[in-house]
This record gives sequence, structure tokens and C-alpha cells, in this order.
Amino acid sequence: MATVTLRNLVKAYGKTEVLHSINLDVANGEFVVFVGPSGCGKSTTLRMIAGLEEVTSGEILIGDKVVNHLEPKQRNIAMVFQNYAIYPHLTVRKNIGFGLRTSKMSKADKEKRIDEVAGLLSMTDYLERKPAQLSGGQRQRVAIGRAMVRDPSVFLFDEPLSNLDAQLRTQMRLEIKKLHQRVGNTIIFVTHDQVEAMTMADRIVIMKDGHIQQIGTPAEVFHRPANTFVAQFIGAPSMNMLDARWQGGRLHLAGQDLTADLNLPDGSALTVGIRPDDLIVSETPGLFSGTINVLEPLGTETLAYVDIGNGYEVIAKASGRMPPKLGAHVDLVADLANMHLFDQNGKAIS
Amino acid sequence: MSDTQIRASADALMRQSTTYKPPRDPVQIIRWTLLFMGAVVMVMPIVYMLSASMKYPHEMFDLNIIPREPTFENYIYVLADGRFIKWFVNSLVIAIITTISAVFFDALVGYTLCKFRFRGRYLIFIAILSTLMIPTEMLILPWYMMSLHFGWLDTYWGIMFPGLMTAFGTFLMKQFFETVPDDFLEAARIDGLNEFQIWWSVAMPLVTPALSALAIFIFLGNWTAFIWPLIVTTDQALYTLPVGLTTFSVEQSVQWELIMTGAALATIPTLIVFLVFQRYIIRGVAMAGLKG
Repeated sequence: MATVTLRNLVKAYGKTEVLHSINLDVANGEFVVFVGPSGCGKSTTLRMIAGLEEVTSGEILIGDKVVNHLEPKQRNIAMVFQNYAIYPHLTVRKNIGFGLRTSKMSKADKEKRIDEVAGLLSMTDYLERKPAQLSGGQRQRVAIGRAMVRDPSVFLFDEPLSNLDAQLRTQMRLEIKKLHQRVGNTIIFVTHDQVEAMTMADRIVIMKDGHIQQIGTPAEVFHRPANTFVAQFIGAPSMNMLDARWQGGRLHLAGQDLTADLNLPDGSALTVGIRPDDLIVSETPGLFSGTINVLEPLGTETLAYVDIGNGYEVIAKASGRMPPKLGAHVDLVADLANMHLFDQNGKAIS
Repeated sequence: MSDTQIRASADALMRQSTTYKPPRDPVQIIRWTLLFMGAVVMVMPIVYMLSASMKYPHEMFDLNIIPREPTFENYIYVLADGRFIKWFVNSLVIAIITTISAVFFDALVGYTLCKFRFRGRYLIFIAILSTLMIPTEMLILPWYMMSLHFGWLDTYWGIMFPGLMTAFGTFLMKQFFETVPDDFLEAARIDGLNEFQIWWSVAMPLVTPALSALAIFIFLGNWTAFIWPLIVTTDQALYTLPVGLTTFSVEQSVQWELIMTGAALATIPTLIVFLVFQRYIIRGVAMAGLKG
């Protein structure tokens, strides 16, 4: 196990800078997830930690050692790739043991270690099979096994669940989390799926355009997003965003005048964020009212896309058992305490 | 696939074969006729060669496929002639060494040009490719001058050196290595393999079909090579089989039955090479076609 520290990490391709001064401290045994849309720099950061991309400037420390100029094999890390990268011509046993080829362990010890790892991943019965004879989930386990077998200080996962179907992804997510709880190694996991990030991480690093937007626990980034990007990226469905103005001690929001206690200059333009979970379709008069354009039944609840006028369509939650009717005029109630306020630049106002 | 599924597929195939009816569609008939004619054109010379190898000289120019007086005397004569065995071995050794060398270096250079980023990479690739545009006949004089200068005339090395690495093979392997995901190589890099080990243990097994195809092409090309071995050798002991067979043709007469017998025997290694590597080609194609 080891800590990972990124200090003012920059990556540029020619004159184009794609990562801008990234700073991060990953604690020993911590499970950190990098999340963000495609092209945000999360995989590049991971590859730089792995030693597969050169560092333009800044420092990467694994433990207390600067590893910028070390070869990947000298960093004592292991990586699981999106397409598994397990060798089709080798059996599961040889795939898992591949990382031990250059190890000085005796043959018997290597076999023992392979068996141990296979046992941990419930792959003992498949050791003599070729990857083609395995399911997607089993192949992913082989890839994880190959990473585990060397007992590295840090595990790096580069979108390892993206190629799996939804059900298997959920299952593997749980398995990786259990595995982390059991072995306790430091893990850095890259994904574009915010559900994966929320469910697995001790801390989430949200990235956009080569910048870190926020670092925090899943609860922190969900309940206290640092900006409108994080607010909309984390949580499904996405947070409703409405333009507002603070004028004369009142908040003018989508045609409503609300009383609020805000310490802002008069005339400030704001963005108000309300999570669909906090906006409930109700029979009693509420904050907004409007017509239902679309209904998305999810079983336990129904998502209603409601046109509230002024060019806004918001997503609200309704009952799953007794959903409202499409086209119905409904009221939406919200707890003002759960609203998120952002300034003109999109930064959260505390 | 389970046994039951395999059996079901086999049954379905059997049903298809028992219910097969010849095509009635005129386009289909034309297509089949053309294919048949093509097959005849390709197979007939080989059939004639085998037939002629079992004929006596007086029957040689009769067009009958089945010899009137079939004989194996030609085979006995050719095999009993020590020179034939020597030429056969020469050809075999030269073709095998050249094939191993060309496959090794073509794959190595193809991989390097494909997977490494370095200054001048594209220029080197274009330079290698451009040599494909020069006909072999044009290269014979420089090759000969080199051989003369370095003392390679009448040596095995002299016969082999032009084929030890090929531009075509380099191009073919580069294109195939493009299909190998970088993740495989990076995973091996993280696992601690050096670049040569990555190429040898990870990348090469993933392009087995291409290696097999290249090995077949190069082996056949060297096995049947005629002009260069003829020019570079004067010592009969160094002749390759195609060159040696020409000695059955002298000023006064051509011993066609012996040439045909030698040619028939010469096809044996090519058949073996194809049959051996064909298995790898099929296996490789099956591997590459698996769903990820």
C-alpha cells in the first residue's frame, strides 16, 4: 500500500495543454474515483501515474518517492484496462501469472500465489480455460487477478466496467468494492459513470477540460456541489437549473417571488439548482405549477418532465404506484432549504 | 458451444446437404461455369506435370492424362541421382532460413514502425514501401555487384541475402500490428516486460495469422526462386532445385520426364508448409473473430 500525490501536474501535447496543474493527495488504502465527461483528462492523469504518458511538468509521488522518470514496472503499480487486455492465446492461469514472469519467486510460490488470487476472485475452476471460453465478467476478474497477483502498492483501473452490460456492471462494482475492503490497497479508478463513482469511492475527483472541479466524498459532491458543472454531472437525473435574480430582498425565480435570507448584493444574477428528488409532484399548491410533457416510470417512482412556463422544463418526482397523467396540470413542491445557489460564474454560494 | 448445440448444428448441416439442389438461376450457372473453368485452368498444369512424371519419353507430348505405360522409373532415376537430393536440401535450407529471417525481421520492423513514435518513422516507412516499386530484375545487377565485391558469389549467403528481409512483409506486418490494441502492450509494460519481450511474447502471438500467411509467401517465393540463384551460383553443388532442374535440359535434348518428376517432387515441401501453416491461419482467424 502507498499514498499517491500529484503536485502541479501538467500534460501538454505540443502547445496544447490538456491537464492544468492538477493537485491531489490520495491516502494510503483510499479508493479514489476520477470522474468526468470524455476528454476531461481523467484517463491521461491515470496513465501518467502509471508511467504510460510522460509528465510535462509537475511531480507524481508514490509513497514518498518521485516517480516521474521511473518506468511503469519500477512504480509497483498494476493497471486494469477497459478492454481487459488479457491475452487470448494464454490460459487464465498464465494470464494471471503473467505479471510474475519477471519476478524472482520460485515456480512453486508463483503457482501458490496464482491459486490464492484465483480463489479470491472465484476463478479456481476456470484456471485452465482460455479467455474466449469466459464470460465478460469472468474476463474482467482475470484482468483484476493479473493486477492483484504482484501485490502492487497501487491499483489503477481505467474504465474497467464500461464493456459490461448493466447487470454485470452492478455486480462487478460490488465485487471490486468488496475486494478493496478485503485487501485494502490504494485504488485509483477512472470512470465516466457518476453512479459508479458515487457507489464505489471513498473520495471522488470530478474533472472537466483538464481541471479538477471538486474533490470530496460522494455525499459532499452530491449535497454541496462546488459549481454548476458538478451539480449537473453528479446525480441522475440531472439537477434542474433555473435563472434567478436577487432584488429588493426577494428572489425572483421562474416567475415566482420568494422570500429568502441571502447575503448578496442587490440585483445579483443567480442560478438556482433543485434536484429532481427535492421537487415533488403534489396535489397541494407548491413552488411551481405546470403541465407534464413526458413521464418516465421507473417502478418505485415516476419522473415527470414539467413545463413550468418562462421557457423552463423541470424534472420532478412523482409516485411510482399512482403516477400523474401525461398532460395533466400539476403543482410542484420543493423545500427551499435544499436549493443550491450559484453565482454568475457558476460557483456555489454557501 | 455445448455438445448438444454442436450436434444440432451438425444435424442442420446434414439436412442442408441432403436437401441441396443444383442452382437454376442463370447468373448462378454462369458463375459456377466460370469458377469451374478457372479451376481447370489452374489444376490442369499440375495434373499434366504429375502425369508426365510417370510417362516414358516417347509418350511425353501425348495429351492423354493417364499414361499408357505408367512408370515410376523417372522417380527412381531422379532420387537415385545424388545431385537432386543435394539441390533439394539446398532449396530447403535456403527457403527455411530465409523464411525464418524474413518473418522475424519483417515483424520486428513492422512492429517498430507501427507501435513506436520517433522522428523519421514515416520517412523510413515510405522508403521501405518505395522499394516495392522496383522490379526484382532491376535489383539483380546491384545484388550481383555487391556479391562480387564482398565475395558472396557461389555461397549460400549470396543466394539468401536479398530475401532475408522484405518490404512487402514489413508492410503486411505493420498493417496487422495496427489491429493489436495498445492496451495489451501497455499491460505487459506495467507487468515488467522489456520491449523485446513485449513484442515476442505479447504482440507476435496476436498476429499469428499474418505471420503464417507471410511465412507461406516467403517460403514459396524462395522455394521457386530461379533467376537470382541461377546468376549467383556456378557451382552445381550450390544449385537450388529450380536451377538444378534446368540441367536436365541440354543443348541436344530436353529430358521433360525428369524435369516433370523433379517439379512434382518439388511440390511436396510447399504442400507440407501450406498444410502446417493453414492450421495456424484458421486458428488465428477464429481467435481474432471472437467477441470481446
